[in-house]
Amino acid sequence: MSYPSPLEELVRRVNQTREQRLKQSFPRLGAEEKQTLLKKFHPDYRADSFAELEVGPNAGERAPKELVRVLEGDSPVSDGSLGFGEFEYETDVLVIGGGGAGCAAAITADDAGARVIIATKLRLGDANTMMAQGGIQAADKENDSPAIHYLDVIGGGHFTNIPELVEALVTDAPEAIQWLENLGVIFDKNPDGSMKTIHGGGTSRRRMHTCRDYTGAEIMRTLRDEVKSRQGITVLEFSPAVELLTTPEGEAAGAILLNLNLNRYLRIKAKTVIITTGGSGRLHYQGFPTSNHYGATGDGLVLAYRAGARLAFIDTMQYHPTGVAFPQQIVGQLVTEKVRSLGAQLVNRNGEQFVFPLETRDVVASAIIRECQEGRGVKTPAGVDGVWLDTPMIEVLKGPGTVKRELPAMVRQFARFGIELDKEPILVYPTLHYQNGGVAIDAMCHTSVRYLLVAGEASGGVHGRNRLMGNSLLDVIVFGRRAGREGAQLAKERTGSFFPGLEHLSRWRQLLRERKGTGVSVSPVLLPDYTRKPGNRIGGQGVGEV
Amino acid sequence: MNENLIDIYIMGEHHQVPDSLTILQALEYAGYRLTRGVGCRGGFCGACATVYRVNGDYHLKFALACQTRVEPNMQLAMIPFFPAHRPRYRLSELKGTAQEVLDIYPELLRCYGCNTCTKSCPQDIDVLGYVSALLRGEIALAADISFDCIMCGLCVSRCPAELVKHHAALLCRRLYGSRLAPRSTHLAQRIAEIRSGKFKAELEQLKNMDRKQLQELYAAREVEPEE
Ligand SMILES: Cc1cc2nc3c(=O)[nH]c(=O)nc-3n(C[C@H](O)[C@H](O)[C@H](O)COP(=O)(O)OP(=O)(O)OC[C@H]3O[C@@H](n4cnc5c(N)ncnc54)[C@H](O)[C@@H]3O)c2cc1C
Ligand code: SF4
Ligand code: SF4
Repeated sequence: MSYPSPLEELVRRVNQTREQRLKQSFPRLGAEEKQTLLKKFHPDYRADSFAELEVGPNAGERAPKELVRVLEGDSPVSDGSLGFGEFEYETDVLVIGGGGAGCAAAITADDAGARVIIATKLRLGDANTMMAQGGIQAADKENDSPAIHYLDVIGGGHFTNIPELVEALVTDAPEAIQWLENLGVIFDKNPDGSMKTIHGGGTSRRRMHTCRDYTGAEIMRTLRDEVKSRQGITVLEFSPAVELLTTPEGEAAGAILLNLNLNRYLRIKAKTVIITTGGSGRLHYQGFPTSNHYGATGDGLVLAYRAGARLAFIDTMQYHPTGVAFPQQIVGQLVTEKVRSLGAQLVNRNGEQFVFPLETRDVVASAIIRECQEGRGVKTPAGVDGVWLDTPMIEVLKGPGTVKRELPAMVRQFARFGIELDKEPILVYPTLHYQNGGVAIDAMCHTSVRYLLVAGEASGGVHGRNRLMGNSLLDVIVFGRRAGREGAQLAKERTGSFFPGLEHLSRWRQLLRERKGTGVSVSPVLLPDYTRKPGNRIGGQGVGEV
Repeated sequence: MNENLIDIYIMGEHHQVPDSLTILQALEYAGYRLTRGVGCRGGFCGACATVYRVNGDYHLKFALACQTRVEPNMQLAMIPFFPAHRPRYRLSELKGTAQEVLDIYPELLRCYGCNTCTKSCPQDIDVLGYVSALLRGEIALAADISFDCIMCGLCVSRCPAELVKHHAALLCRRLYGSRLAPRSTHLAQRIAEIRSGKFKAELEQLKNMDRKQLQELYAAREVEPEE
């Protein structure tokens, strides 16, 4: 047994109640019960963690304090840093962010004959897409349909999603799967070629497609390889965008990048700009640990906002119910929802179930927080709260060996710390996982700034106030492709001459001075700082003193 | 955080760090603000490949910095980048034979069978196993064995025959997924239905429903049972 002795005793309790729990199915909550639970325990409802924006297109709206700080930040570049008419690169389509959405956009724009540059922060594919384990949804089975999928998406989002975006998502879904397959993604299949599909939180049909538990990695490495094989796509790694370029008319016209290796600015003139910078878990809202990759600092929102684009649903974040709570080294990292899809129950300190395991994420997260706040949680030696996720139950339900076969990445991750998933339950607590909102887009990924498109996690509206598992990888492919196609088309149509500059930044700075005075922070953040300093989180994932 | 400090050596430089940290966290604790050698921080991207020895032990060890706890007297260095060539090819122009992979990576035939690659893989993949499968012409098997590869390149850095096998394995997987795996008839059928406009009216109706109507429909959903 690999748990320290105070926990060992509690593990025994989980083992003891397993047989009895096998026979119980915890009832799903009704609509009203859900609302009460969310209002009382979900972090989105913690009013003192939010602030009102005073500057920019969303002035007057609420967002997490940490996000408000970066949105109302100043640029690192000076207005004069653009030497007249000088650009290191010129292109048709500039894709900012080399994750799933960015690569899908680049490939599609290349197919449409555009010259493409991808500028990305770290290496191509160092992205949240790489980390997705659980799966990707698409209504391609006989008992399913885009309409049924639509209802699941919009119900999951508490009926706040933008209908046109949901329609696009579910309608393009089967084709997105086929596109990936044609590029070489290996989906889990039955011998006859039919897809092996499972449930996810909030699905009414088994429509989750998987690539073992490396679904995102399988998609990302395939897209990355395809990008590399195309001569029409130039990739600039370690070169995050720090400011957009705009014309005097306020249209997007390129970007300024910072080469992190040389600490030098690069200027790119582009006919269309597609932002695919992903999420912002590394802003650690409310001090939560996060499942996100190192570069998830919400830069795209900052860039777009300063250039005048409207944001949507930025007051809601997704806290994945099952982040690791023990061992301390990997606190906050994700335990995929697939574990619950396969049958593992959530169990409190007393060995009892307290929520139907496949309620939507916000509901399950709130239920876990409730158990811990009301004293039915477990405290780890490091003082982290958690509840049990009964993984050995999968072996009982689906047969011995299932855990190792279906969850190799997770088995490996825990084995490194001496925990055997198929024999011992694990401790979990909600982790900051997904940015539900982002830059407001229409079904062709247009924003309120002309020639600026956004796709993927950086966009807002597709998922409303809560995203379901498997719909984000789908979003990334569906809207990434749409943005690529539309970006190439717009570039073709933009035939006149135009002059990229920083007028928007001068205006922004004036507004900042008027409304905020001095003392605003510099953004985008680019990378979090986890070095040992007062106030920093030690180890990035730990519950530091933030 | 418990502060049981241990000695480690980062590229030869002595530091004291809490023993509860991962290698990556220890680097940061020591003051390194990384841009290279860090990516997803979750064991999926292969950016933080690390080589180390423990003082007094001649063995070279390999790890992902974000998934491995520090130990006393570790001498460590990251290998955030290792040159690896990827010849130009277009998947769309390939049929899916092993010969094609070997035409693109002819050097694979130079494999000595020394198994050093397997010993250096932080994912515990049978690297020689997939190289051998490929050499025998078994693309499906090579794809299967190499599936969990995070493309960290550690196996390349140690290979006496200089082989970039993780790229060849990626090609095998792409060929398997796109050419060799059995196709799904239900997928093709659904795409045809969508193109023919079969679901348009129903979606249009849903799009125009108010919240209350949607709520009712949602509550009345029939949920497909687990298997
Ligand atoms: C651990 C984990 C598990 C998940 N599991 C699932 C799942 O099972 N199913 C599902 O559907 N979804 C899942 N998700 C969500 C999903 O993976 C992401 O929402 C989605 O992949 C986002 O894709 P993206 O292309 O929009 O962003 P990303 O893939 O994050 O890519 C963004 C890219 O932009 C780069 N970037 C950021 N800022 C800048 C800048 N200033 N300049 C240039 N480049 C920049 C980043 O470095 C990164 O490469 C998961 C997410 C995580 C973190
Ligand atoms: S096979 Fe090679 S590249 Fe892949 S994970 Fe193992 S060592 Fe890294
Ligand atoms: S290290 Fe290189 S030569 Fe040795 S078995 Fe592996 S691939 Fe072959």
